[in-house]
Amino acid sequence: MNNLYIWGSVAVIALVTAALRFLPFVIWNGDRKTPKIINKLGNMLPYAIMGMLVVYCLKDTSFTDIGGFLPPLIACLITGILYVWKRNTLISIIAGTVSYMILVQMVF
Amino acid sequence: MNKTLKSAFFDTIPVLTGYLVLGFGFGIILKSSGYTTLLALAMSTLIYAGSMQYVAIGLLSGGASFLTTALTTLMVNARHIFYGISMLKRYKNVGKIKPYLIFALTDETYSLVCTDNQNISPENKNRYYFLVSLFNHIYWITGSLLGAVAHSILKFNSEGIDFALTALFLTVFLEQWLNRKKHTSAIIGVAVSVVSLIIFGSEKFLIPAMLVIALLLCVIKEDGCDE
Repeated sequence: MNNLYIWGSVAVIALVTAALRFLPFVIWNGDRKTPKIINKLGNMLPYAIMGMLVVYCLKDTSFTDIGGFLPPLIACLITGILYVWKRNTLISIIAGTVSYMILVQMVF
Repeated sequence: MNKTLKSAFFDTIPVLTGYLVLGFGFGIILKSSGYTTLLALAMSTLIYAGSMQYVAIGLLSGGASFLTTALTTLMVNARHIFYGISMLKRYKNVGKIKPYLIFALTDETYSLVCTDNQNISPENKNRYYFLVSLFNHIYWITGSLLGAVAHSILKFNSEGIDFALTALFLTVFLEQWLNRKKHTSAIIGVAVSVVSLIIFGSEKFLIPAMLVIALLLCVIKEDGCDE
């Protein structure tokens, strides 16, 4: 019973996730012409969504104490400034993550 | 062909770090909640959605009903509809690999395939999409397995290591920003999300934010796309 519950739940999550990923391709599939507005959305969404994902990652930041918002703020600044300067994804991510870990584990 | 393989590998290195670490964390938490390594493998292979798998551990331990589980998945992963919409054109004529490309369209894979890679010639694009998707999937599975296997052996304070994914999205966001003259859609994405977060709180802000973003992008004038 317990096993059935666990694997059943995994199946539910897997199916719903896949359904969400497949939905647009099922609706606007093959020869059916994609409406202009969907094409336009498709072109513009990447830029808006990346912004949304950044906010999504930082959503649990607490602004009530310094230890809550300074680490992500400093780490984001390090990541961002390094990226604009060097344009190297890997360096920015490693520097940002290491400084974030040091900040949350040792400083705050 | 080799060049495509190389590009795909180098482009996915940030995801490699992020996925190994996050997958590792997932494996550790799943095992310490009393579940098996096989379950870690199955979840990472079949669900393949990072944040949702973390949420799933809580649902399983709490004995959530299938309906609650389905609705939670719907809420947490609804953003994937957007990825599909913006990949309709790029994934139109990719052939047999199309179902896999769609299945494997995670946040991170999307961030790598949603804008044109200058190093990839048009005839190698499909191959590139496939390799990026496959590599990321492998990283995620590997990380989860390592975490599940190592959870009792390794005592390593990994607190804060999940910042790797925040940093990845931030660099993709900046790269897109620096490559464009107009930033209307980027600003809409950030501003609407922040306002929605303030109004609805961190648990519920994503869906209202997505709806308003989609609505605003529909009504404003397109700000210079690549096609």
